[in-house]
Formats: sequence, C-alpha cells, structure tokens
Amino acid sequence: MASCCSLKVLTILTFVLFHAFVESNTFEAKAGQFFSSDHTNNWAVLVCTSRFWFNYRHVANTLSVYRSVKRLGIPDSHIVLMLADDMACNHRNPKPATVFSHKNMELNVYGDDVEVDYRGYEVTVENFLRVLTGRLPPSTPRSKRLLSDDHSNILIYLTGHGGNGFLKFQDSEEISNVELADAFEQMWQKRRYSELLFIIDTCQGASMYERFYSPNLMALASSQVGEDSLSHQPDLAIGVHLMDRYTFYLLEFLEDIHPASTTNMNDLFKVCPKSQCVSTPGHRTDLFLRDPGSVLITDFFGSVRKVEITMETVHLPSPIEKVAEEKKYAEPQTESHAYVDQLPVAEIIHQKPRLRDWHPPDGFILGLWTLILLVFFKTYGIKHLKHIF
Amino acid sequence: MGLLSDPNRRRALTKLLTRLNAPICVVCYMAGVAWFMGLAFEPFTLRTYMSENAMGSTMVEERFPAGERALATGKEFAAHKRKAGGMPVDWLVKTMQARGLEVFTQSFTRTLPFPDENKERYMVRGTNVYGILRAPRAPRTEALVLTAPCSPGNSNNQAVGLLLGLAQYFRSQIFWAKDIIFLVNEHDLIGTQAWLEGYHHTNTTGMDWSPLQGRGGSIQAALSLELSSDEITSMDLVLEGLNGQLPNLDLANLFHAFCQKISVLCTIQGKLQRNDWDTASGYSHAVQTMSLMVLKQASGRPWGDHGLFLRYHIEAATLRGINSFRQYKTDITTIGRLLEGMYRKLNNLLERLHQSYFFYLMPSLSRFVSIGYYMPAFGLLALILVLRALDLWVQLGAAAPRTEEGQVEAEQASSPGILSILTPVVISHMTGVALYTLPILSQDTAVEHFPVSKTEAVVLTAIAIYTAGLALPHNTHRLVSGEGTEQGWRVLKLVAVLYLAVLLSCTALINFSLGFILALTLVPLAAFITPHVPKVLSAFLMVVLSPGCTLLFCVFLFQELQEMPVSLLEGWVLYLSVISQGILDHALYGSLLYPLLALLVYPCWLLLWNILFWK
Repeated sequence: MASCCSLKVLTILTFVLFHAFVESNTFEAKAGQFFSSDHTNNWAVLVCTSRFWFNYRHVANTLSVYRSVKRLGIPDSHIVLMLADDMACNHRNPKPATVFSHKNMELNVYGDDVEVDYRGYEVTVENFLRVLTGRLPPSTPRSKRLLSDDHSNILIYLTGHGGNGFLKFQDSEEISNVELADAFEQMWQKRRYSELLFIIDTCQGASMYERFYSPNLMALASSQVGEDSLSHQPDLAIGVHLMDRYTFYLLEFLEDIHPASTTNMNDLFKVCPKSQCVSTPGHRTDLFLRDPGSVLITDFFGSVRKVEITMETVHLPSPIEKVAEEKKYAEPQTESHAYVDQLPVAEIIHQKPRLRDWHPPDGFILGLWTLILLVFFKTYGIKHLKHIF
Repeated sequence: MGLLSDPNRRRALTKLLTRLNAPICVVCYMAGVAWFMGLAFEPFTLRTYMSENAMGSTMVEERFPAGERALATGKEFAAHKRKAGGMPVDWLVKTMQARGLEVFTQSFTRTLPFPDENKERYMVRGTNVYGILRAPRAPRTEALVLTAPCSPGNSNNQAVGLLLGLAQYFRSQIFWAKDIIFLVNEHDLIGTQAWLEGYHHTNTTGMDWSPLQGRGGSIQAALSLELSSDEITSMDLVLEGLNGQLPNLDLANLFHAFCQKISVLCTIQGKLQRNDWDTASGYSHAVQTMSLMVLKQASGRPWGDHGLFLRYHIEAATLRGINSFRQYKTDITTIGRLLEGMYRKLNNLLERLHQSYFFYLMPSLSRFVSIGYYMPAFGLLALILVLRALDLWVQLGAAAPRTEEGQVEAEQASSPGILSILTPVVISHMTGVALYTLPILSQDTAVEHFPVSKTEAVVLTAIAIYTAGLALPHNTHRLVSGEGTEQGWRVLKLVAVLYLAVLLSCTALINFSLGFILALTLVPLAAFITPHVPKVLSAFLMVVLSPGCTLLFCVFLFQELQEMPVSLLEGWVLYLSVISQGILDHALYGSLLYPLLALLVYPCWLLLWNILFWK
C-alpha cells in the first residue's frame, strides 16, 4: 500500500516538475520573443503634400491613417501630422469642420481631436527633411519634432501628386527619391530609428523607394513606375473624390487590426490587389533585416506595450565578460589602432552589386588604335604619316 | 558665294520666281480654301475636353426643386412688366430682397446717333436691377454673374423667373466661395454695357449712368439666360462676342458636359450634332455650322448679352432655350439643375479660366479646331500677297537698270514716283474718312432735302460715298501733272499689296473670321489687278469683290445657312439694316468692324481701283 502511494506521489511530482520545466522553457522562449523586435517606442510622420479643393482626397488619406494610428495607441505627442491645406474649413465644403473618407458621409476622419503639427504653407520639402533628420532650430516646439532614438520604429506615410522619382509639394516644389534616400541614411547614421516603414500613395509611387540604401527600411507603394494611382469614392454632395483607392483599402484593412492582433506584414503586402486598385502596389523588403512574416502590423501602426505578469525568474545572459587578469608590471603594449568601420553596412546588408555601365579596359582601346594605325600604314605606305602629325 | 549674294544664282532665283509666280498664287489660293473647308472634316478636328483641373468632372449632385415656383414668379414678373410698361423696378427690388439678396439699382441714359429701326429706340433711358448673394464664409474677392434680360413684350419672362428661383435656392446653400450677382438688365446690350462700365469704373462709349452702390469683387465668369417658354426642347449655346472675341473653350466644355449628364439636348448655332461625318450630308452639316460661326464672328457684334463681358476678360456665354417641334420636352426644373451644376463647378475655380483655348472654331459642340490648325488657311492666302510683292520688287529692280541707258529717262522714271504714289494714297484715305464721318454728321441735312428717315439717310449716305469712290480715278489723274509711268503703277501696287497684307494679317490675329473673309475676296484682286487687264471685266469683278458687296453676299449666305432664305428685296432691306447696325454697334459698344472697313479696307480697295484705271 505504501509503495503504491509513494509511486503515485512520485508520478505526480514528476508531472509537476515536468510541467514546471516545460513552462519555464516556453516562458524562456516567449521571453525571447518578447525582445525580438528591439523597439521600445513608436513614431509616425504623416504628410499630405497637396493643396486646393480638388485634392480633398489627399487630406482624407492622411487623416484616415492618422485615425488608425491613434486608435492603435500612438499618442499625438509621437505623431507629426503635416497637412498642406485645410479642407475642413474650406469655403467650398458643404459640411464645414468635417473631412469624410467614405461616400454618403459615413466616416468623418477629422473628428474632434485632430492635432495638426505642420499646416498650410509650413508643409515644405525643407521642413519635412528637417523633421526627419532632426535639424530643427532650437525654437521649434516639441510637437513639431521627431524625437526618435535608436529603439524607435517609425511609420512614414506620404500622399499627394507624384511622378517618376519625385513627389510634388504644394504645387511649387518637389522632393526627389535621391533626397529621400539620403535623408533616411542621415537618420540611420544618427541612430534615429530602429526600423522604418515607408508607405507612399501617389502616382508612380514605387519610384520613390528605388533609391533607398540604408538598413532596416521597408517600403510600400500604391503603384509601380508608369502607373497612376486612382481615386475612389466620388461623392456627389461634396463634389470631389473622397479617397484614393490604395489608402481606402488600407484603411479597411487597418480597421480590423486591434492592439493585440498578430497580423504580420505579409498580409499588408496583400492589401489592394490589382483587381481592386487597378494599379499594382509594390513593396521592398530587401533592406529589412527581419523576415516580414515575423513583423507585426502593430510594430509600426500601433504603440503596443507588452506586459506579462510572471512569478518566474528569467535568466538574462550577462553582458559583461570577465577578462583574464593582467599581470602587474607588464610592459604597456602600444597597439597600433586600425580604423574599424563603425557601421559595417556591407556585412549587415547583403545587397546585390550595382550594375555599373561597362567600359572596355584601357589597354584594349590602346591596342585597337595601334592596330588601326598599322593597317593604315601597311596599306597606304609611310608617306601618309604627315597627315596624322 | 552665298545663294542670294551670287548674282548668277540670284538671277536664276528671280527668274524662277517671276515665271512660277502666277501658278503658285493660284495653287496657294486653292490650298487655302481647301484647308478651310477641310477644317470641318471630323478626323481633322479634336474632341473637346475639360482642361481646367479645378473644374474636373460633372461630379455634383443637383437638387434644384422649384421649377414650378420659378414659372409662377415669371408670370408675376410679366404682369408687373405690362403694368409698368417697362422694367418693374420696385417689384424686382422687393422680390430680390425677399430672397435674401443685397439689392441695388443703376439708371442709365443714352441717345443713339440715329434711331435704331430694328429695336425701335432712339433716346434710351433704363434701369438695371441686380442682387448680390454674398458667399457665406468667403471674403468678397471673387464673383460670378447670372443675368437675364428684361425684354419688351412676352419674351424672357421665364428667364427672369428662373433667375429668381435659382437665387432663392442658392441662398440656402453654404458652399459658395464666390459672391453671385443676379442681374436683370433693361434694353439688353445697352443696359449690360452700362452695368459693366459702372462695375469696372470705365467709360469708353460716352454713356451716362449712375454709379453702382454695391459691388462683389472681380468677376470670374458670367452666364446670360434667355428663356421664353415654359418647356424647351433644346438649349443653344452662343459664344461669339464683341469684335469676334470668344470665351474660353472650357466654358463650352462645361456646358456640354452637363448637358450630357442631365440629358438635355444641346446645340450650337441652332444646329444639332450629327454622327455621320463620313457622308456628304454630315460633312456639309459640319461645314454649315462652322461657316455660321465664322460669319457671326466676322460681324463683330455681340450675339448675346454675354458678348460685352468678354472685353473685361470675364468668360461669358449665353444659354438660349429653344422650343421647337420635338417630342421630348425638358422642363424648367431640369434647366435649373443644369445651371446649378454649372455654377457649382464654376464655384470650384481657383483662378480665371485660362487652361483651354481662347481662339477656336467649332464645327459642332463636341469638336473644335484650335488656332494652330486654322491659321495656315489664312497664312496661305497672305502668302499670295507676299509672293506678289516679291514679284513686283523684282520687276522694279529689273526695270531700273534698263532705264539707266539714258539719264534723262531715269530721272523721269523716279521723280513722279513719290507724288504719283502719295496722291492716290492720301485721296483714298480721305475718302475713307469721309465714309466714316459723313453719314452720321450729314443725316440732318439729308433728312431736310430728301424724304427719308434718319436711319435711311445714314445708310444711304454711306452707300453713296462708297459708290462715289468708284469715280475717283478719273479725278485723281487731273491732279497729277504728267502721265503715270509703268513704274509708277508698280510702285503703287507694291505699296497697296504690302499694306493689304499687313492689314489683313493684323485683322486675322484679332478676328480670324473677318480676316479670312476679307482675304478671300481681296487677295485675288490685289494679286491680279494691273492696268493691262481687260477694263470692263475687271471693273465688274472689282465691284463684285469689294467689301460692300462681300457684305451683301455674306448677308444672303447667312440667311441661307440659317435655313431662312430671303428673296432679293428682303435681302436688300436686311443689308441696309446690317449697315445701320454696324454703325450703331460702333457708336454704342465700340465695335471695330465699321471703322476698320471704312478707314482701312475701303481705301486699300480704292488704291487697287486706282491701279486698274492707271493711265
């Protein structure tokens, strides 16, 4: 009898220990996953670059992304919203103080707690680049600054009228894709982001991310080079198009996201296929270090604080390594310091080598000319030498 | 040596020029006429499209509901108009104020230079009434105008009724970014002229008007409405304005787009568009429409109340409702919706209409020909004059060496040159000045001596002076001592041809139709008139192709194209009234057709007449 009881106790104990062991193992795994994404704060820079009443839809685009981003948790202090024109209070708006994104006035994206940081004529290429790179005059208020650090995930959304390699600001100036790529490189070198998601909804939007070369950038565009992004939602009462197609379907997709959802970037790439968008959306992930399938939507669109209560202890690996004790009275060794590349970008990013234009080697051209001269002299004799020299 | 500096090559070139001159001229003329006729051929034209981004598509919701009430208001207006015997100013002011507009009036007076027999007026006194709908939230910097004329009798009552109905409907909307001015003008064009002059603080025609008390900002666009029946079958668009100026093509495109959206039948020149451009009848229909536009534009008179707005860079058009025998009728509510849609789109404008063409011809409402395509037709005709001038230059240069054999002959060749050229030129221009000033100045004396009315006196004096000019060559030669030489008439012809070329080119730049019609008749004359052609035949041809007779033919052609052909006697009476209207337009609105013909074209023709009778 006693042996039977002790056997039961033993099995129960083994089960409990086994579970504890497994739990601690999965917990370690979850803890590992906890720190996989490496970011601690989220920022969003949302820019609408066009003015005039007939560009109502660009403001509505930006405001709907603003709305989603706020709903998923990013506060106004971490959002830089740039709107080039005021549609809500435009004289031609039959419903003042509203900006609708769905026809029949279903959804007012202007709401009653919009905080616009850059408005009207303040939305210029210079201001946009200064926001990104942080080179703002000391008098700029905090709400107009992008105060990100090297653990920030930044969402950048641009919309307006664009072309092959440029985006038009305010009908008077343009930003080129090269400038944008250099601005992102400045941000990388100044450690102003950990990961950056760039979304652009303009005509020929894919041309804007062609020139990126900094690591940890993921880009989405609403149309390829040579294609136009089309508008959606014509509203007869207001008299303008209310949204662009890509952002409309993006907004529908984002409405299903809640702070705890685990949808990843691969689903975002599928938003608005050609059948709905008429243009072909594109994306670029070769500069991004993580696999897009493991990147959550809320990593960029939301500001998710992951909290789990545990009674377990988690053993973190020690960052400090013990160095072997040096002998005293050893000769001080002077090492020659070699230059170490702080950012071994080439090791981090495995980019395909750029195809440079092929030139024939120099010796080849020299040899060719010699051959021509020899043939010439052979045929016509040496007396024609004076025509050359 | 260069092509032109080598004497051998130059001689060869000039010989070529002299030999081929006449054939090239004939070919150019035929090519010019063929190019013009080809403009109406549909594959050579472009489809109209909206150029202004801000206006975009017809994406608005038109909700005007009150067509019946507008008709009732129109009937009330008619009753009050009958009672007041003119413009019912007090009733209009009260009604507009009841609709929430800021109402002002302007009174004006004008004494015409001679009585106008078409509209039966001589001393005109009237009042304009206008109400301003202020934009609810916008600053008062821009305005749109909707105007309906107060015409005597039973016409245009429904237009005023619809105007007041729209005013009431527009007042309840909050999306207006520009002020809208609702103008009811008396004595059609004279009233509009007084109002525009008062609005812009200009005084170009010597009219007497009271200053405007209320103003709305710079006017971006204007529409004039003419509606005389409760139901219509089609809307006609009238574009031609003063001196042949046309509004921006975007205004016509806007009208066409909305007509198609609301499915109202729309026409231009009163002619419906046809789809069978590859048949002969379809092509001739397009040619007729385009020729009507050319004739209307060449006449230089405003063909609707909108015509006077164009001078102030305000894009304006007239919409005329036509009630013909067709089954499908459109009611007033639909017209109200059409206007509402057009005004909502004009409200979205950020700048004046400037993206589309200002110079165009329309063979139908959805097709147009721009200036780049129709100017070569005129260029080919002007080329004939240039070739002729070159030919004469070569002849003059060749004649001079031949007379160098004898010094005496050379002197004789050059000395009568200046005087014998200058005299005909001066005398022709003085005749032109007489044609311009005398008819109006001498109407009193003519009425004393002859049993005619003042208008008839003016017109008949003009024709008399015109015909008297025919007798001139027989008289000018008495002034010039000595005979004219071969060289003399060549120099005169060179001067005349170059003068005509410059004159016609400048006219064609401003008013292509006028330049083209004058070129069609005057260029063959200028090209082939010499003293050596058979006198009687060429004299007859010259009279037939002179500006006066061209006008007579145009009158008959116009009536023919409008499918209202007239008999000879009716045509003659119409011709006389056209002359009187031309003189009146010049005095009242500043139309330039009459001074152009009298002071510049007629003396040029007289110079050619002089050359024909050179001795």
